[in-house]
Amino acid sequence: MSLILLEDICKYYYMGDQQVKALSHINLTIKPNEYIAFIGSSGSGKSTMMNILGCLDKPTKGRYLLNEKNVSTLTQNELADIRNKEIGFIFQSFNLLPRASALNNVMLPLVYKGIPLNLRKNLAKEALEKVNLADRMDHIPSELSGGQRQRVAIARALVTQPSILLADEPTGNLDSQTTQDIMTLFDELHNEGQTIIMVTHEDDIAEHCHRVVRLSDGQIVEDYENERKLANV
Amino acid sequence: MFSLIESFRSAISSVRAHGFRSFLTTLGIIIGVSSTIAVVSVIQGLSYSINQQFEGFGSNSISVRSFTPRSERLKGKIARITPQDVERIREGVEGVEHITPTLGSNVGGTSSIKYKGIEAFGQVAGSTYTYQAVQNIDIKHGRFLSYSDNQTRRKVVVIGEKLREDLSLPKNPIGEYIFFAGEWLKVIGLAEPKGSFFGFSQDNFAVVPYSTMQSLNGNLLEPDIFVQLQLKNLDNLEQIKGKIKRILRKEHRLKPGEDDDFKIETPEQLTSGISDVISMLTIVLGGIVSISLIVGGIGIMNIMLVSVTERTREIGICKAIGAKRHHILLQFLIEAVVLSLLGGIIGILLGYGLGMLASASIPNFPPANVPLWAVGIAFGFSAGVGVLFGILPAAKAANLDPIEALRYE
Ligand SMILES: Nc1ncnc2c1ncn2[C@@H]1O[C@H](COP(=O)(O)OP(=O)(O)O)[C@@H](O)[C@H]1O
Ligand SMILES: [Mg+2]
Repeated sequence: MSLILLEDICKYYYMGDQQVKALSHINLTIKPNEYIAFIGSSGSGKSTMMNILGCLDKPTKGRYLLNEKNVSTLTQNELADIRNKEIGFIFQSFNLLPRASALNNVMLPLVYKGIPLNLRKNLAKEALEKVNLADRMDHIPSELSGGQRQRVAIARALVTQPSILLADEPTGNLDSQTTQDIMTLFDELHNEGQTIIMVTHEDDIAEHCHRVVRLSDGQIVEDYENERKLANV
Repeated sequence: MFSLIESFRSAISSVRAHGFRSFLTTLGIIIGVSSTIAVVSVIQGLSYSINQQFEGFGSNSISVRSFTPRSERLKGKIARITPQDVERIREGVEGVEHITPTLGSNVGGTSSIKYKGIEAFGQVAGSTYTYQAVQNIDIKHGRFLSYSDNQTRRKVVVIGEKLREDLSLPKNPIGEYIFFAGEWLKVIGLAEPKGSFFGFSQDNFAVVPYSTMQSLNGNLLEPDIFVQLQLKNLDNLEQIKGKIKRILRKEHRLKPGEDDDFKIETPEQLTSGISDVISMLTIVLGGIVSISLIVGGIGIMNIMLVSVTERTREIGICKAIGAKRHHILLQFLIEAVVLSLLGGIIGILLGYGLGMLASASIPNFPPANVPLWAVGIAFGFSAGVGVLFGILPAAKAANLDPIEALRYE
């Protein structure tokens, strides 16, 4: 059974009368509990890929099956629902609400899910405990370090128990020590059964993943299993 | 379902986050609502006190006064209600509890009164003992005119506090004599002060028995009388009005087709005249309010549009984690409503304060009175303005594309 199935996905942008092929004719299958890294040079289409996988953006062409459901034809509100329930997004720039406490930030997806306040609070606290930030939940983002902010963002992504965790260069704004901590956290989550898809341009981060997909000019040019990792399992 | 409470919480937090800006935004609403409430409260206070004035008049009474039609006035004729008219009404109309004729010393004006070389001017009326009830006079010292005062034409007088002061009479002036129209009149009563109405003292009066006044007015050829009739009940009001009309037309020898040279009025007619003025004022005010609320609403719309632009990225974040259109729409709409309601509430309080201040600073002005309906309307209108002018910015926010919103710097 495949969690994600991309069939002939294309994404074109038009700059004036010039066509930019951000993604062209992508075919890809991702199974549950995979740990994948998209790598490739800047402008190769990695973020475009993540946005389509995360239902933030629609492909120009092609079919996207998520959990065997065709999501390429859904409306904006239906996509919002999928983003809320199936997908946990983690961004390079954290994207937390600046005026909300860590707890409120983590609670927000549950608000849109219609979870009652008490349960919402408990679930958010659990998620913050999981990322080791239980003692910082009343702080607003500006009172937290970069690593802590990214942990809050990870807790927010996890709190709805999504089927996929999508992370677009999650450590791009972090120093090397914090990067190691965050990657350890991802490894743990993967070991617990979480499907993780991330974008990176650093080889040592891709090292953590079990499968590496290289993009170039909007096309998959390489797709290989990380032998060393697989050997460890 | 998404909870409204959550929207309210986030709306209030964002209004608080920009405290001063929020205040400036609501200023239009504050000014509109407060000026209306201030004016309404003053007018309502005024009309309340006017109604109070007429209450003494009695709701089951009729008044009859002379009225010279324009055409007659041009011919130099002046209509009058004569003592004989009063007698005819007294004899001919049934169902009247008592009849109170009032004879002015000098129609509408004031007359000279003297005491120990001091001269003062006051309104002197000749009337009967029932005048006390009709005019709502309370007695401080002595007594009011009696039935026998009138029967025996006693030269007695009841005066008001202002007149007592002006004449430098003792605090208790009972037994003193004052000089009016060539006669010495004995003061038998002093009325409780009533205060002023529209800045005019209501205590600058003297009342003498009706019959005494007639003899004092001997030199006056045709005195004009104002008649108040207290009815036993209101059921036959129209019949009685018709009867009085017939008597007076006959007495005044009016031919069919000629206009009445008198007016028969009920308290409702008097108060309805005032109500007309008040409702006119209310309509004018309504216009001013709607203009100021529109201006206030545009202010709110403007700042909400700015706020949507400023928070584009936040909107993108919310959409990325699953906010649907209606979540965003509701959040911004509620924020606009919270802003305008805030303005409405501040406006109501401020307006009430201003109204109180205005009526307190004008001497003898009745106190301001804010009716609940005005508060309700002010509240409802501000909420309405919030919805009306918040919908456009909110829709703009709700329709943002998540990717573009996230990319916004
Ligand atoms: N909104 C857009 N409008 C026009 N071109 C875009 C847009 N988004 C991305 N692109 C183009 O698509 C290509 C892929 O971009 P992206 O997926 O962001 O690359 P990466 O994340 O790998 O650096 C680039 O050439 C980029 O300029
Ligand atoms: Mg990118």
